[in-house]
Amino acid sequence: MRLPARFAVVVLSLWLSAGRARAADTVVKIGAALSMTGPAAVYGASQKAGVQAALDEVNKGGRLKGVRLEAVFEDDASTKEQGIAVYQRFINKDKVATIIGPTLSNTATAADPLAQAAKVPVVAVSNTAPKGITDIGDYIWRVSLTEGQVIPGALKRLQNKLHFKKAAVLYGNDDAFTHAGFVVMKAALEASGTEIAGTQTFAKPDRDYNAQLTALKALAPDILLVSALADNAAGIVTQARQLGWNVPIMGGNGFNSPALVKNAGPAAEGVYVGTAWNKVNADAANQAFLKLMKERHVDPDQFCAQAYTGVLVIAEAIKLSGSQGGRDDIRAGFAKIKALATPLGRFSFLPNRDGDHEPALQWVKDGKFQIVP
Amino acid sequence: MGQQIINGLFLGSIYALFALGYTLVFGVLDLLNLAHAAVFMLASFVAHSLVGGAHLRLWLALPLAMIFAGLLGVVLERVAFRPLRGRADSNVSGLISSLAVATVFQALALQVWGPNVSRFPVGTVPERPIAFLGGVISSLQILIIGIALGLFVALAVLVRRTRLGRQMRAVAESPRAARIVGVNVDRVIVASFFISSALGGAAGVLFSLAFNAIQPDMGRSVELKGLAVIIVGGMGSMVGAVVAGFALGLVEVLVVAHLGGSWRDAVSFGALFLILVLRPRGLLGAASLREG
Repeated sequence: MRLPARFAVVVLSLWLSAGRARAADTVVKIGAALSMTGPAAVYGASQKAGVQAALDEVNKGGRLKGVRLEAVFEDDASTKEQGIAVYQRFINKDKVATIIGPTLSNTATAADPLAQAAKVPVVAVSNTAPKGITDIGDYIWRVSLTEGQVIPGALKRLQNKLHFKKAAVLYGNDDAFTHAGFVVMKAALEASGTEIAGTQTFAKPDRDYNAQLTALKALAPDILLVSALADNAAGIVTQARQLGWNVPIMGGNGFNSPALVKNAGPAAEGVYVGTAWNKVNADAANQAFLKLMKERHVDPDQFCAQAYTGVLVIAEAIKLSGSQGGRDDIRAGFAKIKALATPLGRFSFLPNRDGDHEPALQWVKDGKFQIVP
Repeated sequence: MGQQIINGLFLGSIYALFALGYTLVFGVLDLLNLAHAAVFMLASFVAHSLVGGAHLRLWLALPLAMIFAGLLGVVLERVAFRPLRGRADSNVSGLISSLAVATVFQALALQVWGPNVSRFPVGTVPERPIAFLGGVISSLQILIIGIALGLFVALAVLVRRTRLGRQMRAVAESPRAARIVGVNVDRVIVASFFISSALGGAAGVLFSLAFNAIQPDMGRSVELKGLAVIIVGGMGSMVGAVVAGFALGLVEVLVVAHLGGSWRDAVSFGALFLILVLRPRGLLGAASLREG
């Protein structure tokens, strides 16, 4: 390229970039550490769609005056190691104001302490392990309800419907999230006076659950509770039905994915799962979210709604702290959020920085998650 | 109990089939082919694409996937093993180069099919439950055990009764002696790789039909188990691999049923250790490929 031409390109690009950022807008960078690969990849794609939709909505909708939100997406690969690497990049290289993610509680337990040490606020949008997330410190906040909040509520609704007396539990014991789900299930069953006839375990790489299911079936429980990630969940449900076992099944939060319905097919019919997001909620904020996602050709699940809410919460915190957009401003803003209208319902933070809103019970019917009437 | 035995036999038939291919290459060449699990995985993906994408029937897709796996084995032999053959350290370097090919195969699968779980369309195989031995066995499980048994018999006939089988046994005994009596050793080795990988591929397709979860890292769940099975069975022994495969399936299932899932691998690998201490050459130590 000749010199004048090169000069022209430089000038043109300067002019273009200046035009895009609009000199007056403060850009607030959000680091989104989501699982695009690994066992949690089924959730990560859905979360990314939610974050992108919310960014567009906030930036175009004029919620924030003089502030533009921008996201940097990185794959945490569903592992602790990669999660830590991504956080280091966000904190030191990209200098983000706040972080959304990581997808798995397991990853969060390793990566969030870095953000706490660097005083970068984190919004967990899918971590549901009751302990070990917001306990990390005062910079770690959470939108997703914990298993400890969803499961007892959903289980109670289900018991009122099915009147079960004897339960069996199957859970993955090599993952922080599925193990935490089991602890909550056990406590909720004991609290409701349900007898736990038997407990079995599996590991994430397992594909054959016939032995565990056969052993539990022999105990003749009224209900089977399963704490598993969606990949394992589909196999468990399918194999239970193949064994000719038609007991009602209720899953933990890992069941909350269209991947369960897609991968387990007809076997998923009638499977119950507690949910943080009531898809058919008639509130304006939820209806607006559904419409927006339809326009974007995304079939939203709970993870999508929570990730979307995560961005709304950040935008609200920026607004409440005077549109500064610094790391400490955002953290101070979180504490001021009260009954924010979101697709999840009216949202506030509890004093321990966990999220608070009403959970629901749903089941798979006609190949879709539907709220149990 | 009846149901658990069915579960164990079913799982064991897949382990045995996988290990059979593994042990065949070991018996003929004294080489561990660590890419066997990657072939297992790629064959499942290919069968899945043939059934789900090209709408082929399974009875056509399975042999095609096996041929594909066999050809992968031929490539594997060409790329990872042949260039190293004859070197003093070819056992170790072959191990490592096969591991490298396995990594390449996995990366390839990740590129082509992505990280998500793929599944056969619902109803690929009729899944009618049949009451049996006080438990339930599905027509799919019967089909899988049947195909596995059929392949065992076919391989036994091939090794014992055919000209190629005789040549394979001769190469296993001594490649040099085989060459002197006029056996085309290279061709026999290529054939062994083809058959071994085709069996591994069949195991992959059956595994993915059984548990309906095809993923680039699915080989991991059988890799170590397969290794354990061929060690317990007596390295290179085909009957040993089949017996040990079924034994491992049954042991795993019974451990899960009576002690719980957390104990499964500890007990199976503990048993492996014990057998190695008591019978260093495995259950059927006298290799059936290499007599004497």
